[in-house]
Amino acid sequence: MAAPMPEGLPSTHVEKKNKKQKKPSKRYWEKTENPDQRKPGEEQSKDAQKQNKARPINRPLKRKKFEGPEQEKLDPFPGVAPVPKERLQKFKRGEKYKWHPDTLRKLKTAIKFSETVSDLAQDQAARFDLLLPEDAGFLEGDEDEDTCTISQDDIADAVDITSGSKYFNLDLSQFGPYRLDYSKNGRHLLLGGKRGHVACIDWHSKDLMCEVNVMETVNDVKWLHTEAMFAVAQKRWLYIYDSKGVELHCIKKFNDVLKMQFLPYHFLLATASATGFLQYLDVSVGKEIAAICTKMGRLDVMAQNPYNAVIHLGHPNGTVSLWSPKQKEPLVKLLCHRGAVRSLAVDKTGTYMVTSGLDRKLKVYDIRTFKHLHSCFLPAGASCLSLSQRGLLSVATGDVVQVYRDVCGSNPLTKPYMAHRLRGQVCGVAYCPFEDVLGIGHGQGFTSMIVPGAGEPNFDALDANPYRSAKQRQEWEVKALLEKVQPDLIVLDPGELGKIDKATFEQRHKRKVESLGFDPLGKEPFKPRAKKKGRSSAGAVERRKKKVAYEDQRDVIRESVQEKMEKQKELEEKAKAMELEKKTALDRFRK
Amino acid sequence: MAASSSLQKTTLSEGSALAADEEELPSEDEPAISASEDEEGSDDERKHNKLLEAISSMGGRKRRKQNERSEASLQVSEFFVNAEGTGEKVMLSDLLGTVEKTPGTSNKTKKQLRKLENSKDTLDLPLNKQETEKIQRAIAFEKTAQEVALWKTIVMNNQRAEQMVFPLNQEPLGPKRVEQIVAGWKAETPLEQEIFKLLHNNSQPVIDPILTPVEEASLKAMSLEEAKIRRAELQKARALQSYYEAKAKREKKIKSKKYSRVKKKKKRKEFLKQFEEMVKTNPQAALEELQKIEMSRMKERMSLKHQNKSKWAKAKAIMARYDLSARKAMQEQLQINKDLTQKIVVHSDDEHESKGKELETVPDFVNDPEPVIDSVNPWMKGQLTCEEPEVSCVTPEDAQTAEEENKEEELLGEFERKRRLRQADEEALTPAEEKTEHASEVVGEDVVEIADNDENDDKEEEEVEEEEEEEEVDVSEFNTLFKLMRREKTQEAPEVGEELLEGPNRIRNMEDLEVLDEGLEPQPIVAPSLPQTAVVEATSEPTNKKSKEIDLNEVLTKEANVIKVPFLPTVVEEEHDEQISIIKEAFAGDDVISDFIKDKRKQEAAGKPKDVDLTLPGWGEWGGVGLKPSRWKRSRFTVKVAPPPPRQDQKLPDVIISETRDASIGRHQVSYVPFPFANTDQFESCIRTPIGHTWNTHSAVQKMTKPNVVTTMGAIIEPIVKEDFIKEKTTEKTGTKHSSERKQRRSRKRKNKLENE
Repeated sequence: MAAPMPEGLPSTHVEKKNKKQKKPSKRYWEKTENPDQRKPGEEQSKDAQKQNKARPINRPLKRKKFEGPEQEKLDPFPGVAPVPKERLQKFKRGEKYKWHPDTLRKLKTAIKFSETVSDLAQDQAARFDLLLPEDAGFLEGDEDEDTCTISQDDIADAVDITSGSKYFNLDLSQFGPYRLDYSKNGRHLLLGGKRGHVACIDWHSKDLMCEVNVMETVNDVKWLHTEAMFAVAQKRWLYIYDSKGVELHCIKKFNDVLKMQFLPYHFLLATASATGFLQYLDVSVGKEIAAICTKMGRLDVMAQNPYNAVIHLGHPNGTVSLWSPKQKEPLVKLLCHRGAVRSLAVDKTGTYMVTSGLDRKLKVYDIRTFKHLHSCFLPAGASCLSLSQRGLLSVATGDVVQVYRDVCGSNPLTKPYMAHRLRGQVCGVAYCPFEDVLGIGHGQGFTSMIVPGAGEPNFDALDANPYRSAKQRQEWEVKALLEKVQPDLIVLDPGELGKIDKATFEQRHKRKVESLGFDPLGKEPFKPRAKKKGRSSAGAVERRKKKVAYEDQRDVIRESVQEKMEKQKELEEKAKAMELEKKTALDRFRK
Repeated sequence: MAASSSLQKTTLSEGSALAADEEELPSEDEPAISASEDEEGSDDERKHNKLLEAISSMGGRKRRKQNERSEASLQVSEFFVNAEGTGEKVMLSDLLGTVEKTPGTSNKTKKQLRKLENSKDTLDLPLNKQETEKIQRAIAFEKTAQEVALWKTIVMNNQRAEQMVFPLNQEPLGPKRVEQIVAGWKAETPLEQEIFKLLHNNSQPVIDPILTPVEEASLKAMSLEEAKIRRAELQKARALQSYYEAKAKREKKIKSKKYSRVKKKKKRKEFLKQFEEMVKTNPQAALEELQKIEMSRMKERMSLKHQNKSKWAKAKAIMARYDLSARKAMQEQLQINKDLTQKIVVHSDDEHESKGKELETVPDFVNDPEPVIDSVNPWMKGQLTCEEPEVSCVTPEDAQTAEEENKEEELLGEFERKRRLRQADEEALTPAEEKTEHASEVVGEDVVEIADNDENDDKEEEEVEEEEEEEEVDVSEFNTLFKLMRREKTQEAPEVGEELLEGPNRIRNMEDLEVLDEGLEPQPIVAPSLPQTAVVEATSEPTNKKSKEIDLNEVLTKEANVIKVPFLPTVVEEEHDEQISIIKEAFAGDDVISDFIKDKRKQEAAGKPKDVDLTLPGWGEWGGVGLKPSRWKRSRFTVKVAPPPPRQDQKLPDVIISETRDASIGRHQVSYVPFPFANTDQFESCIRTPIGHTWNTHSAVQKMTKPNVVTTMGAIIEPIVKEDFIKEKTTEKTGTKHSSERKQRRSRKRKNKLENE
């Protein structure tokens, strides 16, 4: 009987039979384990289990002791590897539904399914987070050394050659201060000189793609969805060129454009003009989606919120207004400065906004609550602001560019992280996505500055791949067009789409109630049962009604009270634990 | 005839009314009977009858005539087909009149019959057609409902299933084995079923297949080449097995004694090796082996098998005087006895010794390691140190006996030869007495050569006991072997003992103490990750605090210092008065703040709903130019609108948040709560996770966007078949029956209650 017996079956019976019978020939698939050898182990495990039942806390230790050398080694880490809670938290989407005891079964199954699925999605996303291996770091000075005193040349010398080559200057003194824009994947650079010089460069390889002089004032330049097209806001109209420098369109509806922003997921080019118009151009169909007269005068300060694609405009009266294409009035108006707003920047997560004004102040706002977090005074005033993907703020004051760390937070700015002096007045600053590089356009040309820790180290290759081939770009373009987000969906809270439209729901419900004469969703009023023997008197009925009245409110109150009690208990326990911790062994002699 | 007449008479006597009836409705048979009765020729009566008939026919009342031939039938016909004598009431007493008289019948039955006679209940009419049909329909409905109820669970499951794949019950793809296709035979008897259950539980092949399921699974997981290699391996293994089996068979048939002896020796050696290993690896099995030996010893001590009490032994004892071989055989047997009864571990000795030791020094158990530590391992029970000296005391003899046997034998053999030579020389000279003496001396020690001869001599007797003895001899040999091993151990043991003794002393080392503490403290080595991290945090926190403190100081001092920023203006938190004045100067013209406040007021005002004034000027009082309705009237007739919900920017003075709702997004939103959801929270929690590729891993997306119904291309989807799904018909039926019965009972109870009330 070499074959292992299943435990539930009467083994003795079979064994007897086999003794009488001829010994069965040993088959190669049969296990060579001896049942006798196996038994003690099983017994042990059973014993261990019993003990575990009695004292579950000591379990691992006991088990260790009982394990004989002949026993199979147990997997010390059974099951799937756990995911750290913080990482899970990172991928959490919304709150779970709290169960009510009286939910329908069908509903239960539906909710359960959705919950399991969302848990799975969260878990897997957290697991796959491992695949983002790159880490970001910052420049760290020696003792008594400020990082802002380290010059770019030193950094370029210290780092490896490829990184060092990212610090360079383009000497373009002829065509005035330069505006610049990096493409979404950070590979291509677009330069627009005030006096008409437009150039696009593959700046990794320093490969000049095209260079033209439009023979007109250039107010702003912007890449469109790919590096194949870019928009140039010229003196009168808006022009679109391709990467070879060929003029594709001249859009005369968009006149006197001063600043532009491109919303990549909506394929919208938002322009702010000197006449106070905010216009949206759908690049995918070539149509003007909206033209909003802001009635705020000249619009030369503009930024976009990458989180919800809302356009922020800065105005001469010190206000910042937030716009979406479908609403003719500003979503929000903030009074930020006592002077005109000079520059604006919004952080990647859409939580913070940094503004600078003519009153030489730099202010940080939380745009979820529209509350002012902190401000600081810059003696020279900031003309250009830019926030990097990892939250580094670059401030251009005159011919100096300062970079600040930890801007987005409650602690105020103290001292710059880095600084760099340029030869001319700074006209535009922009961080290169996925690179530790800050591009600065100034009067004497363009400077690419190394700012360690500025860029996001991990890029999503399906979204913005710096190393993509032409084929990949084409495919991406098709996919992106298919997934184009409608301009209707630009609202302050993008999560609103996942919510029920309460206003229309209420309207409809109202109409229904009117037509039916009663509320179909409303709770039926409590009707006390008729009772005999005088117990159904009016007073008794009222009393009975009172018992049930406001039951739902009572439930809410009960819950809140319970929560409060629990919190208090926890606090008390914590306090107790703290006290116990504080007590030393010698405290018992104190009196 | 007489009986019938008497019957008639009784009926007549029973009731006059009946008799009258009879008279009025004379049956057809009556005349015949009467005719037969009065065969003598009483024409008078007949005539009288005829007359009566004629009179009655002349009467105004038309009587029913029953000229149809009647038949006895159970059913009441609608068409006047009556059994004979329907008019008359047949009384029970008519039928059972004789019962009263018969002596055998019991009083009880008589009583019952009497009661029956007295009862005047009539039978119910059969229900009319509609009623019966209604009942039938109800029964039919119940039946079909039961039948349909069988499907309920299946339908429910299908409805609830996340995904349905049609056609249902698809056969797995891939080639099938012949055994699977030709599945003619089934396990029927309980024994067969049991066996099959076993086989199935162990996933053993039922019919000797080409590959076992496990192999098949592994093959599936392999590529073709790997599979080929594996197959070859398996073939080889099978061939080897067959060779092995054949060899075993052949060996089993060999009957040579010499061979068996050699084999036995080999076995012994192997056993020795095994035992040594066992002691190291599996002490429990070794213990068992020891116990076996002990058992045999006990048996031997109980029986007198190998002593000189048996018949054979007595005969041998007689023969021994004269026969060398007999003597040898006897001695052999005694040796066996000795070996068998040899005690392996002598406890008394070591007890004595330990007692002696105790007197001299500190008790030994102080130095002993704790017995609890390894309760499972009997070899480590701590008495090892004590046992050893005892063993060493015992062993020399055994060892000599065992090991030197061969040497002795060799030596003896040599002596023998020399003696024989001498004897041969001396025989001629010395008398016979001396010879015998010599022989007696030699016999005890001579073993090898003569043994065979002896055995040949008393084959008959020995062969009977041979097999049993062989076993016992084996055991005894094992005993000696064991002793041998013991002796070897004694050489090793002291070292171990020293170690054990040194153990407690070593603990005094600080490091060791720590190690011990670790061992004692309940610190799970494989601790869950959380506590560890907590510990790490706990350790890291204080350092952090320290560093923070230091940092703070540094920062403070640094703040005091002027930041050495090249070409940079310092950052200042508060505005200086000068600057304020400068700014004031610069923006004296446009008061930004007041403008903003005005704007905000305007917005707020626009957002507020206005009261509706319903006053009609001139109504109820004088109207005209310059006349205003009274204040009371205005307040009376203005409809106040409920104040709107508080503005979002109510508490933010420097912010204006537009309250106008953007309708554009409303088109993309869900405007009502879909069916199974009761409130918005439920629905919103259900759709909170995006299902696109952009936000999820591939597998998650696949799971989330799994289609509800999948159909295989080209497959015919046939309607669901009962046999495939409702297998446990009987059990389910009983279940439903029970439930239906319960329901019925409940409903009945309810009815009863209602009726009672």
